[in-house]
Amino acid sequence: MKSFTYERADTPAAATAAFARAPGARFIAGGTNLLDLMKLEIETPAHLIDVSRLALDKIEATKEGGLRIGAMVRNTDLASDARVRRDYGLLSRALVAGASGQLRNKATTAGNLLQRTRCPYFYDTNQPCNKRKPGSGCAAIGGFNRLHAVVGASEACIATHPSDMAVAMRAFDAAVETVDAAGKVRAIPLADFYRAPGTTPHLETVLAPGELITAVTLPKPVGGTHVYHKVRDRASYAFALISVGVIVQRDGTGRVALGGIGYKPWRVEAAEAELPRGAKAVASGLLAGAKTTHENAYKLPLVERTLAGVLAQAKG
Amino acid sequence: MQTPGEFELSRRGVLAGGAASVATAALVPIGAAAEAREAAAALPTAKVAFDVNGTAHELELDTRTSLLDALREHLKLTGTKKGCDHGQCGACTVIVDGRRINSCLTLAVMHDGDRITTIEGLGTPDKMHAMQDAFVEHDGYQCGYCTPGQICSAVAVLGEIKAGVPSHVTADLTAAPKVTAAEIRERMSGNICRCGAYSNIIDAITDVAGVKA
Repeated sequence: MKSFTYERADTPAAATAAFARAPGARFIAGGTNLLDLMKLEIETPAHLIDVSRLALDKIEATKEGGLRIGAMVRNTDLASDARVRRDYGLLSRALVAGASGQLRNKATTAGNLLQRTRCPYFYDTNQPCNKRKPGSGCAAIGGFNRLHAVVGASEACIATHPSDMAVAMRAFDAAVETVDAAGKVRAIPLADFYRAPGTTPHLETVLAPGELITAVTLPKPVGGTHVYHKVRDRASYAFALISVGVIVQRDGTGRVALGGIGYKPWRVEAAEAELPRGAKAVASGLLAGAKTTHENAYKLPLVERTLAGVLAQAKG
Repeated sequence: MQTPGEFELSRRGVLAGGAASVATAALVPIGAAAEAREAAAALPTAKVAFDVNGTAHELELDTRTSLLDALREHLKLTGTKKGCDHGQCGACTVIVDGRRINSCLTLAVMHDGDRITTIEGLGTPDKMHAMQDAFVEHDGYQCGYCTPGQICSAVAVLGEIKAGVPSHVTADLTAAPKVTAAEIRERMSGNICRCGAYSNIIDAITDVAGVKA
């Protein structure tokens, strides 16, 4: 690991000011992904700003009837919150489908959104990777890419975003609240939060350097039956091959979001209109324009079949 | 004449204290050692104070030091094990402020004021924790390397179920989770045992929890 200087920030303003003094610094909260990457010298910040003790660890009701989840709320606490379990069950289910108990105790809400891809070529510093080293090429294309993206990918990168939590948040139309060094706050719909890889896969989100996530907001509950189904190579503690999250109402309408198939949680609102017609019609809309590799074409039928199973389960 | 006692080196003592000093003295040329010391002096450090197993400690550490390395290399609490060092195996599991975490994936300097419990703090050979006792009773290990992490994790898992933390296999999110073998299996998935002692580990944990596996 490269050496770095360290400071702890007590307020969001202090954290963003610290970044302004040390451009190239990184914020660290749970640290479970950043430290892993620092050990491999894939991330090499010269300065770390510890934001783990910011008073952003509360889950509060909003006046619109939803929830504001502080950036530092741990994954375990979010999954366990009584309001989340009752009104946003899909979120609780997605959270406990991810990582291990130890990691969920440390990982934060903001950090979960900002975790980086798990593409093995991104982690292997002996291989080219446009995300790790822009312009070096992509070893996954033509390599072992069974786990990789089937939608939204580019000639430069076919990595997938690994978060389960984000899939549920996308289904709930969550927004990401941020603050920058000038004190400017904004709310970014999660739908617009991740950047398509295009020719610049090293840029993963629309956050500006030094912009700090303070909360994630959920609109008021939408009711319905919630099911999250994660298909993976082992029954627990593995990343998704694909995952399907649904919210189904009594009249058969609803929402569908997918994980493990692209650079962001994948939701196509127009495809959801097909829900009364069944999984095949919805999947065909969700996966329109899909481009598979020699190893991951199985993901297309897997999405459709998993969706069919999940919809049957939701209807009881 | 030397007394026999001087030869009674324990394997643990050699591993914990001997290896580093031997390497420095015997293998590194003197000039290089001096340069290394100068470079080390320039490296960023930070102070941290925390409680480990009821004892207060104040350390000044290279900022890169993981909590795991602080425990093992600085405090010589070598019960906590380093397996993968990347949060995948769970051998380094310790309990911080009541929660189990991977001590390899957290910086020691981020734990100022925290209360840390390691395997040494759960029990001693003379006065074992119920979970340690149950692992012995049920033969919940073979080589033993993952065992301290398994036991710390297991103790915390029972606490998590009691506190109402749901898991992937919890059928009803709005009801309190139950202590079942299925719940324990799912919740222990962050602790890998390469010897494959899993069935005995489940027996040990369910025994402590007072349920049938």
